[in-house]
Amino acid sequence: MDPSRKRAIRLTVALTAALLLASALVYTSFSAGRDELTASQLLHQAVPGKSYILAGTVISQQRDGSALLFRVRDPKLHVSVPVRYTGIIPDPFAVGRGVLVTVQKQGSDTQFVGEQDSLTTKCPSKYQAAAGSKY
Amino acid sequence: MDFVIVLAILAAVVYVVSAPLRRTGEAAPSPGAEIADLEAAREAKYREIRDAELDHRTGKLSDDDFEAIDRSLRAEAIEILQALDGAKAERAG
Amino acid sequence: MALVGRALLILGLGVSVYGIGASLYGALQGGQRWVDSGRRAVYALAGVMTLAFVILEAAFLRSDFSFNVVAGHSSTTTPTFYKATAAWSSQEGSLLLWVWLLSLWSSLILFLTRRKVREIAPYATAVLLGFATFFGSLTAFFANPFATTANPPSEGAGLNPLLRHASMMFHPPMLYSGYTLLAIPFAFAIGALITRRLNSEWIQVTRRFALAAWLFLGIGILLGARWSYTELGWGGYWAWDPVENAALMPWLCCTAFIHSIMIQEKRGMLKVWNASLILASGTLAVLGTFLVRSGILDSIHAFGASTLGVPFVILLGVMVTGSVALIIWRRADLRSDSQLDSLLSREAVFLFQNLVLVGMTFVIFWVTFFPLISEALTGTKVSVGPPAFRPFIVPLALVLVLLSGVGPLIAWRRVTAANLRRSFAFPVAAGLVALVVLLLVGGVSKRPFALAMFCLGTFVIASVGQELWRGVRARRAMTRDPVPRAFLQLIRRNRRRYGGYIVHAGLAVLLIGVAASSSFQHSHDVVLRPGQQAVVDGYRITYVRPIARATAEKISFGAVLDVAKGGRHVQTLTTTRGFYPAQDPTLGVVGRFFNGEEESQVGLRAGLTKDIWTVISPDLTPIQPLINQGDQVFLKAMSAAAALPPAQARAQITNLFAARDAAIGALADRWVRHPWAAEFLLIVSPLVTWIWLGAIVIAIGGLIALWPVPVLARRRATSAYAARLARELA
Repeated sequence: MDPSRKRAIRLTVALTAALLLASALVYTSFSAGRDELTASQLLHQAVPGKSYILAGTVISQQRDGSALLFRVRDPKLHVSVPVRYTGIIPDPFAVGRGVLVTVQKQGSDTQFVGEQDSLTTKCPSKYQAAAGSKY
Repeated sequence: MDFVIVLAILAAVVYVVSAPLRRTGEAAPSPGAEIADLEAAREAKYREIRDAELDHRTGKLSDDDFEAIDRSLRAEAIEILQALDGAKAERAG
Repeated sequence: MALVGRALLILGLGVSVYGIGASLYGALQGGQRWVDSGRRAVYALAGVMTLAFVILEAAFLRSDFSFNVVAGHSSTTTPTFYKATAAWSSQEGSLLLWVWLLSLWSSLILFLTRRKVREIAPYATAVLLGFATFFGSLTAFFANPFATTANPPSEGAGLNPLLRHASMMFHPPMLYSGYTLLAIPFAFAIGALITRRLNSEWIQVTRRFALAAWLFLGIGILLGARWSYTELGWGGYWAWDPVENAALMPWLCCTAFIHSIMIQEKRGMLKVWNASLILASGTLAVLGTFLVRSGILDSIHAFGASTLGVPFVILLGVMVTGSVALIIWRRADLRSDSQLDSLLSREAVFLFQNLVLVGMTFVIFWVTFFPLISEALTGTKVSVGPPAFRPFIVPLALVLVLLSGVGPLIAWRRVTAANLRRSFAFPVAAGLVALVVLLLVGGVSKRPFALAMFCLGTFVIASVGQELWRGVRARRAMTRDPVPRAFLQLIRRNRRRYGGYIVHAGLAVLLIGVAASSSFQHSHDVVLRPGQQAVVDGYRITYVRPIARATAEKISFGAVLDVAKGGRHVQTLTTTRGFYPAQDPTLGVVGRFFNGEEESQVGLRAGLTKDIWTVISPDLTPIQPLINQGDQVFLKAMSAAAALPPAQARAQITNLFAARDAAIGALADRWVRHPWAAEFLLIVSPLVTWIWLGAIVIAIGGLIALWPVPVLARRRATSAYAARLARELA
């Protein structure tokens, strides 16, 4: 086989592999992904009994015995929702930090109930000096 | 006080940075870029010969393969050495 | 001194801009004096930045709270070690650290190459000083570490308790050293492309810096993982957090680069590929800093609010378009000198490994940015997370491990079937034995990916072991040295090769640890009262008694746990959760303690085969009424004190603080005396220690490969070949 033809075949194989990888990636990221809702989107969309991923910044927290009450704020609008959560609280959880939590609306209650152990925080290793005081 | 410190540092920086500009006469001539390239290639080739020897001694290359590779590597090295001599002679002359 | 610091930042900026001008002018006009002056500008920058950093450090050590960063990140009660390292826990300090490290590494490379790479160096100097100018103006104008306040507070906010961990304090300097070291091959690649000096010269002078970048980044990543495991109270070491990915992407790209440059050095091939790889690595390093520093990850909208976002996007835009344009512009000069001899050669294995690494980088890049992409396109952020990484990263990692075992067994250029059989027989047999043993053990076969990783890991370790043994044997055949001496001589004389092999073995150990601990972990979340017990993976864990400690700094509640297996005592563990007071006074004098930062002390028994990891989450329900009551009492007392004349009020408040400490102490006492329930996370996971051991092996291998060969030895080797070749020439 002459080298240029060999090269063309190699290139085709490499490109096909890259294309396959890319399309598989796009497919899984769309199918495995779940919408992350902001506080205002949650308030508009939530129906009782369905669970949603709520993302935002914690603006207040309060202990209520074994449960934790906190409010999660929308990053752009001044809207926040209250969440009642039980389960493991990651160490980095604090006012001013970004969190993700799976929540459900219960009845007509305005308070959302966090699913047990669904609370995750964004990596805290790089703190912005004023992260807490900004909000 | 702060002002004096800053001025002193500024003076030191200006002194250090401007030293080459105050130099009279040109710096020592540098070896040509071509020579530098050939020297880098020579080093790489020596290392390649060494690697092939080690591969042979650790049983990764058969005697025949080693002989063929070693011969061609040496030929390539000689080519580089000749080019290097040529470049050096040209520069000197 | 803050004024001096600020002046030094601006002076550094001035020197950088001058250096760019002088280097470029010198390069274009052929004036070596201007080029030398430009290089000295880098030395001067290093001096100025060192002074600036010393001033900042001194402020931290003296607890000079007139510096805003010191007041925000340190306190008089912070231990000295953490005071010294708190400097880079702030945005401002860490950017200064970036510039300082960049100036040091740049000075080092320019000093080492002062008589070499004369054509490339001025452009590389300009690029390096360009980075210094960018980060220098960020520190000088956007995030000034020397900002002061006229009324310094009497006490600082203290270092975030989560960061009070030894590995966390070395993690940022390691990562930043990695990032800034990557800037060096990046800058020389740009210089090489501009001047068309695209042979192996620029690679030869920067190779060691790329390797150092790779090593430092790797150590930084692992220190972060170690911190996460022992400090963050969730029991894991890696979460595919964007911040972690930000460091992993340039590391993977750099790993590809340090392999493929060997092919360019030897064969003059892959020039486009190598230039692209290092330009991508450099860009990813800046992207990493950007991801962490700009807040873009929280949301595309938060990004607008951050002052650092826009300049970074501009820099990244310039880097990407500039790199692509340079490579297209010089494509004619980037043609290969030779062809791949055979698909059965080390070159081909390297090439394949490069594709796998770039594929991994691409997967991580895509999944990390997918939430942002989806938010930009549809307005809704999509959460992807670890499950999206696994189906791609796990198989790619398996292929990578396979290749890391194959590479050392295969010779450069070509191999014959007989040699392949000889080289592969033992490692393949070792892998198969591992397979059979693991299938007999049972349980392992349910996790095919983990099983595959164990077998491939065994294969790699066996192949590295065989290579070392064969090397020693070959050396002994020549010198008749005893084995230990032959071993040391072998490694000393072939540092790059055997350093690399050791890294491969370390990687195999590390990934075996990752596969085992992620596939065979037992995790239980239980509520226990003192005396009650839970069984996790055969270990009976008993909550023996509660413990507590109260200081002005924090109050901590914890538990003593007894671990036993088969009726035999294994270990006593203690785990506590510390509550640090919040700064917000409206939360109440006592209540503040329970609404601030919380930090877990993990009770950990690390073993070669199994880690027992425990953490407590106290239930505060029973003491909540006491907290509320205390808040009310203190509120009344405080307002009564405020009504008094100032001198009396001050005395009264001092008394109140003493009373508060007593109250906190009483709370701690209550916790110990009452058998209240607490929630525990109990994890037993196998082979976690292998991860840290593997990391140590990798670091040792990396250091061996990095260690400079003494000039004399190099000259001796060179002259021996030169003499032999000269004979042949004659």
